[in-house]
Amino acid sequence: MIWSIDLLILLLVVFCAVAAITVKDLLSATVIFGVYSFLMCLLWAEMGAVDVAFTEATVGAGISTVLFIAAILHTSRRSKD
Amino acid sequence: MKALAFVATLVIGAILLYGTMDFPAFGDPQSPASTHLSSYYIEQAIDETHVPNLVTAILGDYRGYDTMFETVVIYCAGLAVVCVLRRSKP
Amino acid sequence: MRLLQERTANQKSSDSPIIQTSVRIMVPFIQLFGLYVIVHGHYSPGGGFQGGVILGASFVLLALAFDLKTSIRYMSESVNNILGNAGVLIFTGVAVLCSLFGGLFLDYSALDVIIPMGPIEWRSFGIFLVEVGVGLAVMSILVSLFWDLGSAGGMDEGL
Repeated sequence: MIWSIDLLILLLVVFCAVAAITVKDLLSATVIFGVYSFLMCLLWAEMGAVDVAFTEATVGAGISTVLFIAAILHTSRRSKD
Repeated sequence: MKALAFVATLVIGAILLYGTMDFPAFGDPQSPASTHLSSYYIEQAIDETHVPNLVTAILGDYRGYDTMFETVVIYCAGLAVVCVLRRSKP
Repeated sequence: MRLLQERTANQKSSDSPIIQTSVRIMVPFIQLFGLYVIVHGHYSPGGGFQGGVILGASFVLLALAFDLKTSIRYMSESVNNILGNAGVLIFTGVAVLCSLFGGLFLDYSALDVIIPMGPIEWRSFGIFLVEVGVGLAVMSILVSLFWDLGSAGGMDEGL
């Protein structure tokens, strides 16, 4: 637990979270969400919870991104708001 | 409206940060979460199950109901998606 | 996105030989790693859920690099359904067997009646059986989720 690495990752997590809900393009939002998942995975691995980090890397960054893209393919890419 | 939402977010964030000041320190052995059952698992899990990975021992054996219904929930979700979306060819 | 939709609509197989060749080489190793994560969950991070997701991701990768037909040819839909049902059945079946042989529900040491190798070893082996069940169920459900979402249920073309 090194506080400077923690602070850096947490700042990047907050930045990715704000970017994912403000961007208009849903495909970009999906990719930013994948980046968010990887940063959370890094944070958990750094805190010593390796099993949770593994699950986050496989499910959050791997599968859910692909499922989001498959769902966006059948709707519209632009968000309305 | 946007300024109001921003102020509300800041206020709630400040309250949450104030709430975290009462948390025990990271990895504190005297915190309530690690004095109740954790010591029993850490001392007895290898003797009782012969599984070196504590997480697997707890998920698969001590908390088997949790894992079982987690699997059933995933199964029901997949079943629902197949029932809603799958179109069989005529 | 319109371009992507048109491309997937009138496309028989995708066109980049680099991606196809590298995916064809990578997929067996990804599946081997998934099996390793399931089986080695007792000694290292991992377990049924993560290994099942990795196994499912290999078939999703096949569907992304080639097309949906190739993925279905590697892992047919009926086999996928059978594996998913068998996974959940293994988990609940082991639990019910424990209670049938005189123990509590999900108390694996009661299975010592079948093969006598000690109740503690049976608890370890019972965890292994359960992890295999979870892995099979998660793999099949993820693959069928991707097939249904990617092709809107038609199973003929799509992502």
